[in-house]
Amino acid sequence: MKQVKVLGSGCAKCSKTAEMIADISEEMGIDVIVKKDADPQTLLKFNVMKTPAVVIDGELIHSGSVPTRDEIEGWLRD
Amino acid sequence: MFQIFTDFATWLVYGMFGLEAGSALGGAVHFFVEDVSKIFVLLLVMIYVIALLRASLDVERVRDYLAGKNKGVGYLLGSIFGAITPFCSCSSIPVFLGFTSAGIPLGITIAFLITSPLINEVAVLLLMSLLGWKFTLLYVAVGMTVGMLGGVLLDAMKAERWLQSFAAEALLRGRQMAASDVVSTVARVLSLSERHQFAKAEAIEIFGRVWKWVIIGVGLGAALHGFVPEGWIEAHLGQGQWWSVPVAVLIGIPLYSNATGIIPVMESLLANGLPIGTTLAFCMSTVAASFPEFILLKQVMQWRLLALLLVVLLTAFTLVGWMFNFAAPYL
Repeated sequence: MKQVKVLGSGCAKCSKTAEMIADISEEMGIDVIVKKDADPQTLLKFNVMKTPAVVIDGELIHSGSVPTRDEIEGWLRD
Repeated sequence: MFQIFTDFATWLVYGMFGLEAGSALGGAVHFFVEDVSKIFVLLLVMIYVIALLRASLDVERVRDYLAGKNKGVGYLLGSIFGAITPFCSCSSIPVFLGFTSAGIPLGITIAFLITSPLINEVAVLLLMSLLGWKFTLLYVAVGMTVGMLGGVLLDAMKAERWLQSFAAEALLRGRQMAASDVVSTVARVLSLSERHQFAKAEAIEIFGRVWKWVIIGVGLGAALHGFVPEGWIEAHLGQGQWWSVPVAVLIGIPLYSNATGIIPVMESLLANGLPIGTTLAFCMSTVAASFPEFILLKQVMQWRLLALLLVVLLTAFTLVGWMFNFAAPYL
């Protein structure tokens, strides 16, 4: 099961990103755990300067914007 | 060039709505319609144009550029980038940590963070259209100076002692790296169509974020314009009484607004005879010293550093206010 973390300090875009990932994974019938992480130390660990950022299974794959539906489907499919 | 908006407001308010020219309500509504239509058109056009130009600039490139610069130019560059880099207050923590972990001195990061809310393309645009280019230059110069001096002062006090411990460690690790190790992002050449896409998205995004502030700000300005008795502000505060400046700064703190909302209020305050120094002090305090942002910064700074930063800002704005009130007759 994929572990998805959305990094960012609780701005509207971060919540939207987390919601989109949860919704799309449900549509696709893929089991994922989506968590929001607002801890500044996590930002530091992944060297993220632009939020929202998305980390899947410990790997940073996106930063700086609300991802598009296509991008999210791509990540979940891999 | 802006006459068309005055004419539009006159046609709509006095012609279509049939309000009486010269009445308090008519004057206030006219002011509101003129400013809102002018600002909306300008914002959409200019944000697009500016975004086209700066499409390839972002906080990561700014960090790479600032890392390893010596302090002398660092403060200046920090405040320049603070003014021109697109940046919303919700990303102040990641930006702060990104700069810090690249070993950029705290003072330079602070210069960036102070200047950023004070000066941005929307603020400059509003100032130009409402208050003219002279006032705009003055505002930009003051904003950058406060940012730089704030940074210099905090470094002189070795304020990095009062970072949260993980941030202090990140700063130390960053300093030990060679500047060349930090550079991680490669500048990409953007095609014209990529620039257009970026600029279009920016214009829509920023406009979507600020339009309500424009309405609120201009609405307040219009209310002041129409309903505060003419001469009241001038009679009571017009002499630049010394105490009026610190009072204006204190009133500004709990009022949380961004530059977009406050500049139309500035226009109205000035037109009502509030001295320029008092007006500047009030507005800068409202924009740069906001509780929500300070609460966010608590994650990376200890209380002592936060309090120090607040005191530095409030003192700076008070001094700016006094200086300009004093110098106003000679300007």
